[in-house]
Formats: sequence, C-alpha cells, structure tokens
Amino acid sequence: MWDFLQTYGPRLFDGALVTSAQFVLAALVACAAALAAGLGRLSAFWPVRGLATVYIEIFRGTSLLVQLYWIFFVLPLFGVSLPKFEAGFLSVGLNVGAYGAEIVRGAIQAVPKGQWEASYALSMSPAKRMRRIILPQALVLMLPPWGNLMIELLKGTALVALISVPDLMFVAKQINGATFRSAEAFGAALLIYYILARFLITPAMRRLERVMARRLGRA
Amino acid sequence: MTFDWKWDFALEILPRLLRATLNTLMAAGAGYAIAMVLGLVFALALRSPWHLPRAVLREVLEFIRSTPLVVQIFFIFYVGPQVGITLSPWVAGMTAIGLHYSAYLAEVYRAGIEAVPRGQWEACRALNMTTRDSYVRIVLPQALPHAIPGMGNYLVGIFKDTPMLSVIGVTELMQAANSIGSETYRFLEPYTLVGVIFLALSLPTAGLVRLGERRLRRKLGL
Repeated sequence: MWDFLQTYGPRLFDGALVTSAQFVLAALVACAAALAAGLGRLSAFWPVRGLATVYIEIFRGTSLLVQLYWIFFVLPLFGVSLPKFEAGFLSVGLNVGAYGAEIVRGAIQAVPKGQWEASYALSMSPAKRMRRIILPQALVLMLPPWGNLMIELLKGTALVALISVPDLMFVAKQINGATFRSAEAFGAALLIYYILARFLITPAMRRLERVMARRLGRA
Repeated sequence: MTFDWKWDFALEILPRLLRATLNTLMAAGAGYAIAMVLGLVFALALRSPWHLPRAVLREVLEFIRSTPLVVQIFFIFYVGPQVGITLSPWVAGMTAIGLHYSAYLAEVYRAGIEAVPRGQWEACRALNMTTRDSYVRIVLPQALPHAIPGMGNYLVGIFKDTPMLSVIGVTELMQAANSIGSETYRFLEPYTLVGVIFLALSLPTAGLVRLGERRLRRKLGL
C-alpha cells in the first residue's frame, strides 16, 4: 500500500486536482443555470416559463451520462464543438442546475407572503424586490438542500472520465489497467472522493449556511 | 460530419434500442429490489441499541452515499475476482447499484420509521409484543406511507443511473447506443433516441410518483 502511494500518489493527486477544477466550474454553471431556470419558472411571461420547464424536464428526465455523450459527440454535428474538459463540466453543471432550479423555485415561493406585500407597499421595482428582499431570504432556505446537491455534483464529475478528461476516476482506471492493483487504485480514488465530500464540501456548505443566517440576523 | 437526421436509420436501430431498454428496466428493477431489502436491513441496524456498530454503519453509509457510483461499480467488478469472487458484469453491476441505493433507501426508511408516533411503540409495549412483532405488525406498516414518496424518487434515480453499467459492459441502453455508434459512425440518432427513450419512461414515472404522493398526503390528512 505504501509503495503504491509513493509510486502513484502524485498521479492520483493530479487527478484529484482535475476533479476539483471540474467540480468548481460545474458548480458555477449549476448555480447560474439553477438561478436562471428557477426564476424563469416563476416568470409571468409564458415563453420564458416554457423554456425553463423544458430545460428542467429534459435534464432531470434523462441520465447525466446520456447528456454528457450527447453534448460531447452529437453537439459537434450542430457546429458546436466543445473540447472534452469544457464539455465535461458543462454537462455536469447543466444536469445539476436542473435539480437546483427546483430548489431555487421552492425557496423563492417559501419566502413569506408578507415580505412580497411589504416590497409592493414600498413600490419597489420587481428587479429590486427580487434582489434586495426575496433572494437573500430564499438563499438561506435553499442552502441546506444545495449542500446535498453539491455532493451529487462531485459524484457526477466522475463521469467526465468516460470522455477522457484526466480526472481522479480516469487516473484510477489507468493505474488499474497498467498494474491490475484494482483494490488500491479504485480504493484510493474512493477515499479521495470521500475526503473531498466529507471534509471539504460539507463543512464549507455548513459554514456558508451559518454565515448567511447570521447576515440575515437569524443565527 | 454535418447535421443530418436520417429517419430510416433511426427506425432501423429503434428495435435494437428497445430490446436494450428491456435490459435497462431489468437492471433497474433488480438493483432496486436489492436496494429495498438491503436498505431495510441497514435502517433497522441503525436503530440497534449498540452504540459502536451503529456509528460505524452510519459512517459506512455516508461513505457509500458520497462517493461516485461509477467508481464503486469498477471497484466491485475488478476487486471481486482478486479476492476470489468472480462476478459477471451483470452481477457486479446489480450489486454496486443495489448497495449504492440501499444507503439512500436506509435514510428514507429511517425517516419513515421515525415519523410513526411514539404512542404506537408504547402501545406495543403495553400489549407485551416482542420487538419483532412491533416492527412487523405495527410500526413498519405505518412507516411505509411516509417512505413511499422518497422510494419513488429513488426508483426514478436508479433507472437514470443504469447507463453507468455500460462501463463494465452490461448490455443496457447506453451500451447498445455505443455499439451502434462505433459500428456505423453515426452518433446523432442513437444518442438522441436514448435520450428520448429515457424521457418517455422517466417523465411519466416521476409524474405518477408525484400524483401518488399527493393522494397519499390527502389520505393521511397531511
């Protein structure tokens, strides 16, 4: 085990770095997509509502792997050629964003009616009302489910290995193919994923929850 | 290559994809059956009176839930033979998917069991029922309605995760699309059809789950 880590540790570390990069970029895509589609679902303008619904249903109704292959292999036929790295985090982000959109929508609808009425009474513009009153309160409500979603997102990034993005899973597969030390190769990968999820992402989300709650004076 | 959708090619590969869909459904069903049973075992074990095994099990389930299913599939498929258990892709895949989702279902069951009012337990004790009888005859039947929505969501989830089985060569939908793609160099039709088939199956199922949930809530007076 020790000699395994000495030989392959650096490569696993590089893989973990690629996984982390995929995670961060996919998380950004997911946040943007979730916010856009979540707000879109609540729009008074029906084409926007329809577009958001179609996006959410398509990405929640099919598998991430199907979406990944479609974006990587089929999209080029439409003239949109994405390199594998970009195709990877974009698919994962769009997939998770569709789940996030429902969280965003639910959280916005869960903001008490009085808050909406008060901002009407102060004759705030819709944009200002959303930005200053509704979204900050919705954010506190949506953070706990977002924490779970971020773990799902990390797990989703493992699939980008299947379009040859050299992430942790890809490195583990390569080491396994070269040495047949499957238990060590995949075991080490599983442990690293676990450490990322349990000791980095989860504590970070908890912390964010506390900070946001305090800023709203609800700690 | 440019965009040109060929209907005759799509129709030609459709039967092959639909046959593979049957495999996908079977994989999802078998995986779900394993997950349901194993999840119940875990949920009950999580309520055992021994402190240490409970803490260990909780951490193990957390581990299963927070690591990627694909890596778990590879792990079971490749490590199994090395410790003397040769697994066919099907068996390895079902085991991995069943184990993965059992960790989620254990949580669903646990929440369901905890939703049963304390008074029911106290009544069981007052009637001098054994723990086993209390679970089987009183608590679990009442926990089930609370667990059904979560169980339905994970049924759809397991269905959507079956394409990952293609990585170890289980001949399900994704694998069929991959082989069509590499035989004909056409990816547009197979991958698009796979997406459409998934949508056609998972949207109605998700709708049914939601409908059932609403009906159940009304029946329970929630």
